[in-house]
Order: sequence, then structure tokens, then C-alpha cells
Amino acid sequence: MAAQNRLKLALVQHQPVLGELPANLEWSCAQISGEVGQGTDLVIFPELSLTGYFLKDLTPETSMTLDGPEMGQLIQATGRGAALVGLVLESDQFSFYNAAVLISDGAVRHVHRKVYLPTYGMFDEQRHLAAGDQFEVVEVALGGGASWRIGILVCEDLWHPSSPYLLSRAGVDLLLCPSSSPGRGVGTGEGELGSAASYGALLRTYAELFTVFAAYCNRVGFEDGFHFWGGSRVLAPDGRLLAGPLGDSPAVLHTELDRGDLRRARIAFPLLRDERIDVVRRQLGLDDDD
Amino acid sequence: MTELSINVELVAGILTEFIRDEVLKVGSRGVVVAISGGIDSACAAQLAVAALGKGAVTGLALPYRESAASSLEDGRLVASQLGIELLVIEITPQIDAYFSRFPEADATRRGNKMARERMSISYDISATRNALVLGTSNKSELLLGYSTLWGDGAHALNPLGDLYKTQLFQLARHLGLPPRIIDKAPSADLFAGQSDEADLGFTYQQADRILFHLVDERRSPAELTDLGLDPALVKLIWQRVRTSQFKRRPPLIAKLSRRSVGQDFRYPRDWGH
Repeated sequence: MAAQNRLKLALVQHQPVLGELPANLEWSCAQISGEVGQGTDLVIFPELSLTGYFLKDLTPETSMTLDGPEMGQLIQATGRGAALVGLVLESDQFSFYNAAVLISDGAVRHVHRKVYLPTYGMFDEQRHLAAGDQFEVVEVALGGGASWRIGILVCEDLWHPSSPYLLSRAGVDLLLCPSSSPGRGVGTGEGELGSAASYGALLRTYAELFTVFAAYCNRVGFEDGFHFWGGSRVLAPDGRLLAGPLGDSPAVLHTELDRGDLRRARIAFPLLRDERIDVVRRQLGLDDDD
Repeated sequence: MTELSINVELVAGILTEFIRDEVLKVGSRGVVVAISGGIDSACAAQLAVAALGKGAVTGLALPYRESAASSLEDGRLVASQLGIELLVIEITPQIDAYFSRFPEADATRRGNKMARERMSISYDISATRNALVLGTSNKSELLLGYSTLWGDGAHALNPLGDLYKTQLFQLARHLGLPPRIIDKAPSADLFAGQSDEADLGFTYQQADRILFHLVDERRSPAELTDLGLDPALVKLIWQRVRTSQFKRRPPLIAKLSRRSVGQDFRYPRDWGH
């Protein structure tokens, strides 16, 4: 297998300092440059990795812009490698997005604004944040030149199967799933946290049904008593666990993706080829406008 | 009672990390925990030792002259098993001095005053050790309002507040607490022979099952009747939850400005940590 068909990933599950952008930025830049210096092609951080999660009124106070100095520092730290970071992105109309930003080879390549903002139970995202409105696949040369078709789903985006479906229709090979999932559900029937079990099932299902790689990076630590359970992992396009899951301590998960796995999975399970988008369009009434 | 069964290993691990994380990241060195000789404070102390080491945990035994002697003995047993320091500070002088002015005070009033005295001492000692006050109120007590406002209900951190009493028994067995601590009848020990369950008029087992369905499962009182639970008891317990809501919230502030503490000034508590 030629080197350019392989992709070295590092998933950094850490505990950001809540609401301290400068401290988190400095720490993250050091992690990125360290990983890239050791040959990692893509360094992946959790959702809101530069700010912490339950920001409440800290949301506007920890925001960044795409052309601000903080982004410059991240681009510089990434060098010729690539990184996915989580941050509060401020628009020029002063809306604030829960964003995951893909930086590669000296520039921002893709910004995903979280579409599904949970506002129920312990969650209050719609109070503080604006919602994104699209799932986009971006083709980025990574790992010595091969192009990877990347799609990003941030935490709650994973709970709506139309999200990976749309990315699948757009040709995704690699789902990047940064997350700040608080743990809940400690009943004995489950054997692990209820939230961990749910994410495990979702990720495995999506990887296998859409025959894609899926990299899930969830944060760790506590905020105001909420426990983030980590469990970062990487799945192969046949649903197999390639690496992880990590526990709930700060750690870095290293693994290598082989593009040959995509080809093999899609030969064995030609689900993408056989998908009947015409049926979907007809049943949803989308052909009426044609 | 499988619906209230918990994965004790998972719970113990999370609570240990919770104490370690929330204590160390704010720059504190340890915790102070009032050891009553009962199961809740023994669990909390043991989790704190697992999180921070025995040198970082200070136990406080704060008896009144009418407290059961066995409570102090049990407190000493817990502390010695954990290898933590136990400061024994009698609250009798200040309690008796105060109530000499109010000899008519009933048991509730006296019990509340004692609970607040213990809180006051816990905070004083914690400040001398750069430590946080570790709370031991469980979910049953919190929901039933079975605590003293600003007394045992006041603390910096509470690892047990999302565990029902019946779940704490599961945790205590997992943690290997001495059987005599686990097996004795739960008591606030506010007066001789007091028993929580006699005070409340129902058992924790009854209450926890009802609370679990009302709170965790979000079932209505009517739906609980369909599950075969006693409608009168369901009504009584839900009424207790409702009338004690004030105990679970910070004090009300009259809103005047555009941005008010407690209402729309909503920073996280762990701000900057």
C-alpha cells in the first residue's frame, strides 16, 4: 500500500479550561505542533475544545473569528499538517456558532456550524448559539497527497440520521465527530454509561451502513458537576473498531487509516451503489418541484 | 428493585474523579466532611480518600450532648478505617447557651440550629485547610426536602446528590463499608432514638421507587397509580417535593436591572476552571 493511501490520526481527548480561550489556545497549539512534528497527518479535538462546553454567558466572551489572531496561531501551529478544532465562531452579524474548523496546509479548509443544537434536559444551546444549516463534504489532500472526502458531525448532529445520510450522498469517506457528551445513565443493565452505549451504537451503525471511516473525539473532565466520559474511538468502513475506545481520562488516541479499507468494504457491501435516492426523492415529494 | 439498581463500579469511578477534578482545579488542597457515623458521610469520606488521598481529607465529628454515643463510635470507626484525621468538636456549649434564651424551642428548631452550627464549623475548619466542604445529602433527602436549609444542605460539592438512599446502600456495600454502618437505621441523630423513616412516615424504599418514577421517568402521579403504587403515598411524596422546591434553589432576587444575578447573569460555576 502506497504511503499516500494511509492517514495518521491523533484524537486528543482533553479537558479544556472553562471559558479560558487563551489558555486553551496555547495548549492546543502545542499539542498540534507536537503531533504534526511526529508525523501525524490530522489532529482531532473535541467539540468546543478551545472554550469548554457549558459556557452559558461566556459564549460571546470566548468567541473567535475566521480572520482573527487566534485562528492565525492555530494555522501557524498546524504548519503542513491538519487539525480539527472546536470553537465558538462569531459571524460578522454577531451571531455565535458552535463550530468545528478544519485547518490544513496553512489555511482554513472547512467550517462546520453545528446544525442540531440540543435544548432540552441539561442542554441549553439554542439560548446561546445560532444553528448551522448545512452538511458539506470537503475534499482535502492529507497524509502525503491523497484526497480525503471529509464530513463533520458535531455531537447532537449524530442523533439525526439524515445528517450522515446527506454527507454520504455527498460522497464522504471520513466522518469526523467531535463531541462534548455529558455522561448519564448508570443503571446496571447497561454495563457502561447509557450515553456511551448510545454513541457506540450510533457510530458503529453509521460507519457500517454508510461504509465510511468514523473518528469520534469526546472530551473528558467535569464542568459544574457534569461528567464528560471520553470514549474516543475510530471505526472502519465495515463497522469494525479500529482504535479505542479510550476511557474518561485525558489521552491521545493514535491510529492509521488505510484507504484500501474503504474499497474493500464497498465491494463487500455495495450499499452506496444500491441506495435508491430516487425512491427517497419521490416519497418525500421532492420530485414535484422538478 | 431492579429499576433503582446502579452499576456501582461505574458510579464509584465517576464520583471519585468528580471530587478530584472539582477540588484540585479550583486550587483547593482537600475536603472537610462531617462524619455522622451514618452511611452517607462514610461513603462520601471514602470516595474523597480514593480521590485525594487520606492526608487531604479531614473528618469532623460534631456531637451534641444528646447525640447517640454510638454515632461518635461509628464515626471514629469510619475515620480509623480510612486513616483520616477526625476532629471531634462538641457543639453542646453554643447550642445550650443559645437555647437557654428560648427554653420553649421544639425539637425541629433545635435540630435545625444544630445542623447550622455544624455547617458553620465545617466552613470555618475548611478555610484553615484550604479545603472544600464536602456535602453528603442524597437524592432522596434533596427531593423530599429532608434537610436543614443552610445546614446540612450547605456545602461546596456533593458527590451523593444524584443517588437515592437505596442506591447509596448498593454503593456502600461496593465500597466495603463496615456492616454496622450499613445495617443501622438511617437517622439524622438530632435527638435520641430518632429515625428518618419514623420521621418521614414511610420507608426510603417506598419513597425512592415513587421518586424514581416521578422524577427520573417523568411519570405523572396518575401513571404511578397504574403501576400499583399507593396513590395516597404518591400524593404525599409529590407534595413534599413541591413544597420543598425552595430548598433546592438559591434565594430569590427581585429583578430590577437588565442583567441580574441569579436570573440572566448565567455564568457557569466552574468559570475559568
